[in-house]
Amino acid sequence: MRYIPNTPDDRAAMLRDIGVSAFEDLLSAIPGNLRLNRPLNLPDGKSEFDVKSIMRSLARKNLNTVDHTSFLGAGSYDHYVPTAVNTLSLRSEYVTAYTPYQPEVAQATLQVIYEFQSMICELYGMEAANASMYDGGTALAEAIMLAAAQTRRTNILCPPNVHPLYLRVARTLVEPQGITLQPVPLRDGGIDRAALESLLNGGIAAVVVQYPNFFGIVEDISPFITAAQANGALAIVVADPLAMGVLEPPGSFGADIVVGEGQSLGNLQSYGGPYLGLFACKANLIRRMPGRIVGVTRDVDGRRGFVLTLQTREQHIRRDKATSNICTNEGLCATRATFYMSMLGPRGLASVGEACLHRCAYLRQQLTGIPGVHLAFGGPHFKEFAIRLDKSVEGFLHYMAERKVLAGVPLKWFGLRMDDSLLVAVTETKSLEDLDGFAAGVKQYLEGGK
Amino acid sequence: MQSESQLIFELSRPGRVGYDVPSTPREILAAQVPDLPRRKVPPKLPEVSENLVVRHYTNLSTRNHHIDKDFYPLGSCTMKYNPKINDELAGIPGFGGLHPFQMTNTAQGALEVLQRLSDALLEVTGMDAITLQPAAGAQGELTALLMFRAYHQKHGGRPRRRVIIPDSAHGTNPASIVIAGYEVTELKSGADGLTDIQALKSALSDDVAALMITNPNTVGLFESRIAEIIELVHSVGGLVYMDGANLNAMLGVSRPGDMGFDACHINLHKTFSTPHGGGGPGSGPVAVKSSLAPFLPSPVINTRDGVHWWDWNRPDSIGHVHSFYGNFGMHVRALAYVLSMGGDGLRAISENAIINANYLRVKLSGTYEVAYDRPCTHEVILSGDRQKARGAKTLDIAKRLLDYGYHPPTVYFPLIVHEALMLEPTESESRETLDEFIQVMLEIDREITRDPELLKSAPHTTPVRRLDEAGAARNLDIRYTAK
Ligand SMILES: Cc1ncc(COP(=O)(O)O)c(C=O)c1O
Repeated sequence: MRYIPNTPDDRAAMLRDIGVSAFEDLLSAIPGNLRLNRPLNLPDGKSEFDVKSIMRSLARKNLNTVDHTSFLGAGSYDHYVPTAVNTLSLRSEYVTAYTPYQPEVAQATLQVIYEFQSMICELYGMEAANASMYDGGTALAEAIMLAAAQTRRTNILCPPNVHPLYLRVARTLVEPQGITLQPVPLRDGGIDRAALESLLNGGIAAVVVQYPNFFGIVEDISPFITAAQANGALAIVVADPLAMGVLEPPGSFGADIVVGEGQSLGNLQSYGGPYLGLFACKANLIRRMPGRIVGVTRDVDGRRGFVLTLQTREQHIRRDKATSNICTNEGLCATRATFYMSMLGPRGLASVGEACLHRCAYLRQQLTGIPGVHLAFGGPHFKEFAIRLDKSVEGFLHYMAERKVLAGVPLKWFGLRMDDSLLVAVTETKSLEDLDGFAAGVKQYLEGGK
Repeated sequence: MQSESQLIFELSRPGRVGYDVPSTPREILAAQVPDLPRRKVPPKLPEVSENLVVRHYTNLSTRNHHIDKDFYPLGSCTMKYNPKINDELAGIPGFGGLHPFQMTNTAQGALEVLQRLSDALLEVTGMDAITLQPAAGAQGELTALLMFRAYHQKHGGRPRRRVIIPDSAHGTNPASIVIAGYEVTELKSGADGLTDIQALKSALSDDVAALMITNPNTVGLFESRIAEIIELVHSVGGLVYMDGANLNAMLGVSRPGDMGFDACHINLHKTFSTPHGGGGPGSGPVAVKSSLAPFLPSPVINTRDGVHWWDWNRPDSIGHVHSFYGNFGMHVRALAYVLSMGGDGLRAISENAIINANYLRVKLSGTYEVAYDRPCTHEVILSGDRQKARGAKTLDIAKRLLDYGYHPPTVYFPLIVHEALMLEPTESESRETLDEFIQVMLEIDREITRDPELLKSAPHTTPVRRLDEAGAARNLDIRYTAK
């Protein structure tokens, strides 16, 4: 019981002061038949040493993207996390504080969130951002709910080159409110513009586009945004924040809401969570934004300070009229992202983007011409792309895993009718040997080699 | 008086860098990069060197209160000690460096973490099946309501219309109900702080999809007639949900499954010690009875002959509530906690949390009004009515506590108690800490008579003093723009 300070003597003295003779007397409100009259069927508590051994032996059963080479992406990326981000984010002051409900003693948390909001606005070219959502998928669901409330319409156009799991999350969370998601046909991995335009009508609340899209293609999203808005619908863009050092931001094209997954901004991959939902919008939508927002104010002595603001949108005040049910969000992940963006600055972000672009172009070039490998789509790619193989994709993944390489994400899992394809991601962490090794691995696998 | 803190943006100077990107070899640079919509104006992120970033955020950090520093009796939030080993383990490459889409034969250790944690949580809750996907308590609530909806549709052909909650419910409850497509019916609590059975009976009809109730409830009391309440809801075909935010009082003491609940969530970031991070991440697993298992979010873990895999083929599932499998980093921490505490240790947590809360209740009851003065569970709710009559609002008391180095209790929640002060000491605090805190609470009460201005103008010693919240909303400034 190394985490509990009270000794048996303390307990006895406290029970005496409380005025009961035994602990059980404090449970008098719990009917006897509802008390668990046996010990929990769990092993006895262990020493820290033993806990560490057990957990480490579980960790060793996994291949990982730090000690092994990974080409996995599809919404989770192994961008390098500077040591200082890790060190700072382990500080108790950030880790063990709660939601900043008492601003006088939560200025660290509040100021970090304010800086975070500011940086996200800069990345996306938007006017406002909140303190975080749970992840990319739930951020998209919230954006869709906002669009439906704002336009009083219920149909959302969602092409299947938006992350398929984000779409599934959105469908799960918005359909009970009578909102429906409608697909848009694709052409060569991109949105079929004519088809999109023909689907627009007075019932469409929003058009969702992903930038770069799920297949890593950087589409020209400007016409989709214009078409949506001409139809009275909102334009929602799901954007990779890491690409914003090199790509024109969605805000420049007039996007109404931009959401995204902030994991790659200094957060661990951690088997899919905790991640960081990003949410930014135009100024006219601020009062419909979900989640927490921090604003600047002054204290009674005139000093600058930070507080939670516009709280009348939130569940603890507005209850059933709130814009969202979110309470606990992803504060520490947003904190890490803030440290990461501070370290990178505009130059670092641009150079990470360039490094990805070059590695992606290089690997595509190396794969071109290997018999049995086909680049699935043309068009400009940022850091990820789909390839088709003439032999089993899963066979390839196993072949590479035996060589301690995590080679890609099979598209078969996403119901896209692309069972012979996989998604390959390259970040700035990939060396020339890694990239050449991938190309050589595919070649050997296809040649049936060992 | 402390100085004003600078923004990271204010440390920015053109040309400062805090990061060098990995070098790109010649061969790679030679590859032809495609034409793209190139960014014309760079984002105005701060330009700061690494050491200045570290100094800025290290100095800034001292402006937070946090549980490693001192007492944090924030009711309903369970601010307990977060063991250091857990953070370390979540960060090792074999956990922190896992990708959600690596093939399961390369992630057996991760699946085993999830399986073992699931098993432990089922034992603690007395339930049959579980999902670890929800990212926080509120999302757990919503997940369960969506499952209820699917259940009613499957069994009765219609989702039903209303969900009942007590007026003491946490704000996430009504908000989740609306997102799940339901209407809220609010029940007035009885004078004893418990559910009013008559009121419940008159609210029930075959249009009721569910009752959501917190137990122990948000005034820190166990709902003694919970079995009867659940039976009543079941008798009209409704389901019953337990908001498990207060599970820290019930570990090894009493189980929602045995009480008859159909579903409950567990806040790993409260009861299972995962840190709150200044507002998250959390984790809100939902445990259910077997009748609801088919509707759990997809995927779920399957195990055969010691091999684990994800089962995505779940025709009755409500779908997905998280992009991947939930907050795995929190699951690692929670499992390490369960292993450290063991079955008897978990029970000891609740015993000590309950003793600590009752100790505060008894020692403060002469001076402060205890809203419901009888044995409480892990938290006690005071009313500041007497102090208000003498000139100090609950808010003033809360702010004055800051001067003494304590974080105040939760204030003005639950809504049904006037001038509420909700104290949750948790098992992490020693008797000495509680004694010191009690002395300070008594001293503050004396200060009301002696020097009321001291309270009204508190706090005096914090990095900033009372802040103009109305002004923040009126003159909205929610992002920095370079001058
Ligand atoms: C009683 C109660 N229910 C629900 C919640 C919501 O949990 P979360 O903040 O994890 O979404 C909380 C926590 O704030 C709570 O105290």
